[in-house]
Amino acid sequence: MSAETIRENQAVADTEALLTVTGLQKHFPIRRGLLQRTVGAVKAVDGIDLSIKPGETLGLVGESGCGKSTAGRVLTKLQEPTGGQMVFEGRDITSLSQGAFRPLRSDIQMVFQDPQSSLNPRHTVGTIVGAPFRIQDLNPPQGVKRAVQDLLELVGLSPEHYNRYPHEFSGGQRQRIGIARALALKPKLIVADEPVSALDVSIQAQVVNLFEDLQAELGLAYVFIAHDLSVVRHISDRVAVMYLGKIVEIAPRDDLYGRPLHPYTNALMSAVPIPDPGRRNVESRMGRERIRLTGDVPSPIDPPSGCRFRTRCWKAQDICTTQEPPLLRIATAGPGHQVACHFPVER
Amino acid sequence: MLTFIVRRLFAVVGLLLVVALVTMVIFYEMPQWGGQTPATMAVQYVGKQPSPAAIQGVIHRFGFDRSFPVQYIDYIRTIVTGTTFSDGTQDIACHAPCLGYSFRNYQQVWPTILSDLPVTLSIAVGAGVLWLFFGVASGLASAVRKGSLLDRASMVTALLGISLPVYFLAPLLSLPLAYRWSILPAPGSYVGILSDPGQWFLDMILPWTCLAFGLAALYTRLTRAGMLDVLSEDFVRTARAKGLSERRVIFKHALRAALTPIITIFGMDFATVLGGAVLVEITFSMKGIGFLAITSIQNGDFPMMMGVTLFAAAFIVLANLLVDVLYAVADPRVRL
Amino acid sequence: MTADRRGPTSANGSGERPFLDVSDLRVQFPTDDGVVKSVDGISFALERGKTLGIVGESGSGKSVTSLSLLGLHRRADRKGRGGARISGEIWLDGQDLVTASPEEVRRLRGEKMAMIFQDPLSAMHPFYTVGAQIIEAYRVHNKVSKSVARKRAIELLELVGIPQPNTRVDDFPHQFSGGMRQRAMIAMALVCNPRLLIADEPTTALDVTVQAQILDLMRDLQREFDSALILITHDLGVVAELADDIMVMYGGKAVEYGTAETVFRQPEHPYTWGLLGSMPRIDREVQERLSPIRGNPPSLINVPSGCAFHPRCPYTAETGGRSDTEIPLLAATSPGHLVRCHLGPARRQEIFAEQIRETL
Repeated sequence: MSAETIRENQAVADTEALLTVTGLQKHFPIRRGLLQRTVGAVKAVDGIDLSIKPGETLGLVGESGCGKSTAGRVLTKLQEPTGGQMVFEGRDITSLSQGAFRPLRSDIQMVFQDPQSSLNPRHTVGTIVGAPFRIQDLNPPQGVKRAVQDLLELVGLSPEHYNRYPHEFSGGQRQRIGIARALALKPKLIVADEPVSALDVSIQAQVVNLFEDLQAELGLAYVFIAHDLSVVRHISDRVAVMYLGKIVEIAPRDDLYGRPLHPYTNALMSAVPIPDPGRRNVESRMGRERIRLTGDVPSPIDPPSGCRFRTRCWKAQDICTTQEPPLLRIATAGPGHQVACHFPVER
Repeated sequence: MLTFIVRRLFAVVGLLLVVALVTMVIFYEMPQWGGQTPATMAVQYVGKQPSPAAIQGVIHRFGFDRSFPVQYIDYIRTIVTGTTFSDGTQDIACHAPCLGYSFRNYQQVWPTILSDLPVTLSIAVGAGVLWLFFGVASGLASAVRKGSLLDRASMVTALLGISLPVYFLAPLLSLPLAYRWSILPAPGSYVGILSDPGQWFLDMILPWTCLAFGLAALYTRLTRAGMLDVLSEDFVRTARAKGLSERRVIFKHALRAALTPIITIFGMDFATVLGGAVLVEITFSMKGIGFLAITSIQNGDFPMMMGVTLFAAAFIVLANLLVDVLYAVADPRVRL
Repeated sequence: MTADRRGPTSANGSGERPFLDVSDLRVQFPTDDGVVKSVDGISFALERGKTLGIVGESGSGKSVTSLSLLGLHRRADRKGRGGARISGEIWLDGQDLVTASPEEVRRLRGEKMAMIFQDPLSAMHPFYTVGAQIIEAYRVHNKVSKSVARKRAIELLELVGIPQPNTRVDDFPHQFSGGMRQRAMIAMALVCNPRLLIADEPTTALDVTVQAQILDLMRDLQREFDSALILITHDLGVVAELADDIMVMYGGKAVEYGTAETVFRQPEHPYTWGLLGSMPRIDREVQERLSPIRGNPPSLINVPSGCAFHPRCPYTAETGGRSDTEIPLLAATSPGHLVRCHLGPARRQEIFAEQIRETL
């Protein structure tokens, strides 16, 4: 992280961004041996820069183990970062204690993947959705019960569901309850971690539409974390691609999908199965070669030197081993399109 | 693995030091909080009309005249180095591990425990084999034939076993078997395995059965629940999909996975029984560790109580360590 | 009926029975809440070298179908209690698996027909090495020594693309990555050269780049082994990659059955339209909004009356009141294309052309 980049990002933060993070890190220490000394760390998130503007959706994609879920939990301060800086509405929240952060908690909320395990089965829907009011000690003008029923209606559930328990609902409805809970305190930013991947196809579309409707109505900003590239493309304004704890490419949605620059992004795109049987035997798909990555993602405990993707990259050269490519805008790319690669894919 | 064991052994020593401390506080210090003085505590150890000098002697022997920390450190040091006691007439050499000298029955604590151990060991090993075998077998059969008559019968028996205490079961069994029909020896007889193995076996049948029945019932339920869990696992379905025979699916795939946690629990239960199968030993008047523990408490035999407590605690923490190591051997996913 | 029996791409012209011929398969589970009709009369046929994709959401009966083909359900006793009631016919290579004894079916399992499961971590035994599990699968059906079976296991691991199969054969499943475990699972399924391979959500637990590798591998291996493949998934992208024929299931019944080409290009069932419209597509312009199906998939205990899809169908008004009273038949709309819908074929094609095609 060079000094210039930090300054540049802060400039962005000051003007318009809702949440800006610079050099964000989350390392989990590994302890071994007789004295349980720290012998290394799982570098789940290893220095990412992001800024989210009010009302926009930032998609965060990557494969399992790339650190996208950890990034989501750090962004919401459910886990404390081990390095870097977080600025929310011009205020440095990096080192705020949980207590000092509590008033801001209502601005940043999280929606989880598995609606089954993220809702307490012994509480009624009313208790679950009303919990944020009690925790923050807030009394909405119309009363908690009325406020919860309004929220249920907002997410497409019936106000009569107030006294029911989570197990009486289907997966899609449970996800709606999770969303209602996140909306209770009128947040400005919702971080959603794989919010639709546990749902049936037909239900996925309902929930994706709900996310879009709520954004239009309430002016929410989303960080939408998912492994499904098609869903992320559908919902996002901008998309960041993560690999082994780093952002390798970030761009406005159409730039990223239309003209991916990083070899890894290209590989991801070409791996997405296309629901069109006519295309499967055609060698080139979407105007691109079919790229098949070999091998597995290296361990985040001891990531490769230089560029982390070099061990699986077909374009790798010596410089990729010695120098880590910075996340930069290259000359030919559009505005806001940054890539961390020595040899971006040119077409 | 080795670092794990070394680290755990340190923890074992630390834990035993704490156990010794707590036990000493209970037996030596707490009576004084309740108004007792070293003199009143010492009185119980001397004759009906004690001379002040005799009382002073007892106080000194037990170390009541020293401060508690000094008593504790002395006790721990003695275990390692050994010491020499005096009962007023002669000196008694107590070699390491010296757990003290019982002035009640004029015996050293450690040899007493060792001499009572074979009885407890006889009870524990035999009962352990019984309860493990019958518990697992009936639990397995219940799980495989879930909902059948066999399953329901074994669940009822298990409930019975869990609710019947040893002191109720013992007379229930010995009345017909030992007293009326004289098929088995009456409670109270015990012959060492080395002097007459056949008689030893006959003597042990009733104690084994009484101790094993309740535990077997518990293990039946554990095994049944564990097997039912495992039988719904994906890898059992895979085993069936490969075309394995049902016998192989049950024994090689399901039971192997279900048994691992049961062996862990068995290790702990077995260690507990080794530390003294109190109820069985009392009911059948067998002079094992549990019997020793009870009599020493009744007699206010402080050194003996301390020794037995430490001994039982050592068994349990060591068994715990052994179980963890076994678990790592049985389950390749566990790395120590 | 011929199309029904033969399968859209499997018609071999002769009067011979297809390699796999399932007709009117029903699987029912008696429970305290009533009889669950998981599979309610489905028929299909498949030849060797061909792939059938079975598509459906949770509770559509797709997985139950695959498990019943392998005989993996505990069968009910003569009074119909304690397990699955299975009726209909499953002819595999001239043998009916429904009437065969459990022992006969067991001998076919793993030998003539094998299965690849969804989550390879939980589908492999955690305490045995990958090699030991493959060797076991081989030795059940082949009387060979352990060392011969081990050679075979290494050969298969190499075939599915495991690096250093000589040493990795002795690894435990948890030492493999997700993709490698699925490769090992495929090796285990293929070890006896099965002629019917059933893959139940084989790539759902995998990352997209690994999914692409596994789909390539399955395509290559099917060619090499000339096996019939049944691919069960909720992911229309995955079926489009591999399937020759597609059967869409809803509420335990087939609602649409045809060649992959037909089902993707000229789908006629409103549920198929809904599935296609629910899916954002990476190969098209970004849509303003997705067109989901309203409501939730039905519970199999309480399947809606009449057409099971009617509570979620936007076209019930056009059925003349039959949608909730009468179960529509699975009828041929063109040769090899079957649809279960009250709307007439002409009307369905009209709706598709005018309203649906542009939204997909």
